[in-house]
Amino acid sequence: MQGFDEALAAAWRLIVTGDTALVEIAALSLKVSLTAVFCAALIGLPLGAALALARFPGRGAVIVVINALMGLPPVVAGLLVYLLLSRAGPLGPYGLLFTPTAMVIAQTLLVTPIIAALTRQVVADLWTEYSEQLTSLGAGRLRAVPTLLWDARFSLVTAILAGLGRAMAEVGAILVVGGNIDGVTRTMTTAIALETSKGDLPLALGLGIVLLVIVLVINAAAHLFGATARRAAG
Amino acid sequence: MRLFETTRRAVMAAAMGAAIWGFAAPAGAQTTEKPFITVASTTSTEQSGLFKHLLPQFTEKTGIEVRVVAVGTGQALKIGERGDADVVFVHARSAEEDFVAKGFGVGRSDVMYNDFVLVGPKSDPAGVKGSRDAVKALQAIAGKKAPFVSRGDDSGTHKAELDLWKLAALDPKAGGNWYRETGSGMGPALNTAAGMDAYILADRGTWLSFKNRGDLAILVEGDDRLFNQYGIILVNPARHAHVKEKEARAFIDWVISPEGQAAIASYRIEGEQLFFPNASKKGA
Repeated sequence: MQGFDEALAAAWRLIVTGDTALVEIAALSLKVSLTAVFCAALIGLPLGAALALARFPGRGAVIVVINALMGLPPVVAGLLVYLLLSRAGPLGPYGLLFTPTAMVIAQTLLVTPIIAALTRQVVADLWTEYSEQLTSLGAGRLRAVPTLLWDARFSLVTAILAGLGRAMAEVGAILVVGGNIDGVTRTMTTAIALETSKGDLPLALGLGIVLLVIVLVINAAAHLFGATARRAAG
Repeated sequence: MRLFETTRRAVMAAAMGAAIWGFAAPAGAQTTEKPFITVASTTSTEQSGLFKHLLPQFTEKTGIEVRVVAVGTGQALKIGERGDADVVFVHARSAEEDFVAKGFGVGRSDVMYNDFVLVGPKSDPAGVKGSRDAVKALQAIAGKKAPFVSRGDDSGTHKAELDLWKLAALDPKAGGNWYRETGSGMGPALNTAAGMDAYILADRGTWLSFKNRGDLAILVEGDDRLFNQYGIILVNPARHAHVKEKEARAFIDWVISPEGQAAIASYRIEGEQLFFPNASKKGA
C-alpha cells in the first residue's frame, strides 16, 4: 500500500518538524470546536435536563425534533448560518461571515442537539431511579435539574465528547461559513479537503492522521480526568 | 452543602470556558488590526498556487491583507452579489459582464489568461490525441461513448465545456451514462476522472499543479476556442456600503499595473508559466 506509506511519512514529517502552518491550523481547529462545544453544552445540558423532567403539551414532538436534529447535515447548517450572516441577511451588518466566529456559530448549531438529546436520555433514566427520593426532599422537578446534572456528570462527559467528535470531524458547515481562507479560517478538515482537491492525497491523509492523533489525545485526557475524578468522588 | 459544591464547580467550568474564549480573542484581535479585503475567486487561481505567489507581494507593498475565498465562478459571483466580498476575480466573461450590467459590480478589467486542456487516459479510446480541434475531439468522444467527467457546478470551466458541446452540436446528457456530472471543483473532478480513466476539460493551471494524475495526460491543446480569460471586478460600493472601496481599488489597480502583471508572469511550476498577463484595456 504505497499511498499509506507516503501518508504515514507525511504525517510523521508534519509532527516532528512542528510545521508552523500546521500548528496554526490545528490550534484554530481546537479553538473553534472547543468553543462551539462549550457554547453547545451551556445550552444543551440544561435544555436536555429540562426536557427530561418538565411536562408540557408538545413535549414529545420537541424531543423527536431534537433527536432528528442530531442528523442535521453540516452543509445545511452551514447554509442556514451563511444566509443569516451574509451581508444581505438579517445579521449582515455585523460582518461575521468568513470569520472564526461564524464557524463557532455553525458548529454550535450542529452540536447542541447532540448534547441536548443525550443529556435528556441520561437525566430521564436517573430521574426514574431517584424521583421518590428527590421529591421527598421537597425538590421540585425543575429544581432537581442541577442535582441530576451533577450526579450524571460522568455519563454527560460522553455526551460532550460525542459533540466534540462531531465538531472536530465536520467540514461541510465551516467550509461554507468560514470560506477556508488561508491563515484566517483554514482548519484541519478544510485543509484536508483542499489537499484532496489538489490531488495531494498523501498529504491529505497525513493531515487526517494528525487530526486523529489530536482527537485521541483529547479523549485520553478526558478519560484519565474522569477516572481520577471518579476515584476522588469515591 | 451539595448545592453549594455544585455551584462552585459550575463557576469553575464557566471560568475554564472563558479561558478558552480568552485564548481565542487575541488571535481574532490580531487579524483585525491589519486592514484586509475579501476576494471571492476561483479554485483554479487558489489551487494552482498563484495567490500564494502573488498576494504576499501586494501585502508587503501596501500593508493590506487579502483574504481569498476560493469557490467556482458561479458561486464567487453570487458571493459578490450578496456583498460578502469586496472584489471578484473569476473566469467567465459573459457572466462577469452580466454581473456588471446588473449593477452588482463596477469596472471589470481583464487580468490574465491561460487555456483549457482536454485531458484523458493515455490509452485514448476515442483517438483524439495530438488533435488541435477541441470540438471534433468532443464529437469523437461522444461517438465512442467514452467516459467523460463534467464539473457540472456552474463554474467557469463548466460554462466553457458547455459552450464547446454547443459548438459540437451535441447534447451529452442525451446519450447514456458515459457523460458524468460530478458537481464538484476542478480538483475533485480530476480525482474522479483519474479514478475512472475518463476524459475531462481542465484549466491548465490546476492540471499543472495537480498531483494525483493516475493514467491521465493532456491529449488536446492549442485550440483558440480553449482560451480562458480571467477578469477582476469591484463589488459595487453604491449597492453595498460596507465594501472597502479604497483598499479593494488598491488591489485591483496593483493587479493590473505593470508590477502586478510582471508578478503574474513570473509564476511558474517546473519552469512552465501558468498565467499570461493581458490587462491592457478596461472592459465593460
